Amino acid sequence: MAGTAVLGRLTWRLAEVVRLVDETPRVRSIAFDVPGWPGHRAGQHVDVRLTAEDGYQAQRSYSIASAPGAETLVLTVERLEDGEVSPYLVDELRPGDRIELRGPVGGYFVWTPEDGSPLLLVAGGSGVVPLMAMLRHRVAVRDGTPVRLLYSSRTLEDVIYGAELERVAAVSDGIEVVHTLTRSQPAGWSGYARRIDDDMLAEVSWPATDQPAVFVCGPTRLVEGVAAALVALSHDPLRIKTERFGPTGG
Amino acid sequence: MEDVDLRLDGNAIAGLLGEVFALELTGARAACAGCGTIAELGAEPVYAHAPGAVLRCRNCDDVMIVVVHGGGRYWIGLSGTTSIELRNSL
Repeated sequence: MAGTAVLGRLTWRLAEVVRLVDETPRVRSIAFDVPGWPGHRAGQHVDVRLTAEDGYQAQRSYSIASAPGAETLVLTVERLEDGEVSPYLVDELRPGDRIELRGPVGGYFVWTPEDGSPLLLVAGGSGVVPLMAMLRHRVAVRDGTPVRLLYSSRTLEDVIYGAELERVAAVSDGIEVVHTLTRSQPAGWSGYARRIDDDMLAEVSWPATDQPAVFVCGPTRLVEGVAAALVALSHDPLRIKTERFGPTGG
Repeated sequence: MEDVDLRLDGNAIAGLLGEVFALELTGARAACAGCGTIAELGAEPVYAHAPGAVLRCRNCDDVMIVVVHGGGRYWIGLSGTTSIELRNSL
């Protein structure tokens, strides 16, 4: 089963870039071949370490976007203009390049189909990445868990995985994707056009009585606002798992 | 920038904890020495921008775990945690 190779030291591995996909003008998916990769669970992340010629090292965490068991390990990275690591990953990496990573890490922000409850996913910006691993996992194993994804982006251009989300929602029973665009909307936009708020969550989320598993990922303020609103809607705090990005990811 | 923007989840230091502990710690349940609240460490608020990582109780905000890494050694403070319940596999 995935995630069995947990015991033992966390070791740095050399991962080779095999494919790059531009998701938005600021976001790129990077598919790696990682010899010896022990497998992961949906929602986990890896630590990436870059070493400069003078020995200086910078390290950041990135969520895994690919489903457990997928052929390659995919990270989806947003370029932060003053970041130390993300500009290199997004702009400089080419197929054949190798970087150091370790993982998978994190046993908390993890979804498995065995949970059995409806799944509510709430994402802000690139917070959609670990939630996408959960969606992809559900699709890959033909699980029937009802899923709703509420996804907040600034503009339509900033939506990550837009085409794939549309396709998955169209062909899968029980997967609903709801977008909100907070900064600008294209002509004729019929979706939400504001930040996620209590009313929106009340409309989109499963009723608390369904005891859904909830995963919220994004900037710290969005995550905390969503979690507080869901608790106010009588959701069990212990069923709400959060992953805060903080102010930057670097 | 305010403190709230710098707040992360225990999940964010899974790699750091994995450098020290053989078993996965962020999915483990720990009891706060201050108020007794038990929660998974991955769910507790973490401040990682200090020289070390500080994990606090989500209920009473007391410091539960401090991990400082530097100069070739780790310093781990656990005085705010009375017990940790770990699973032997994920």
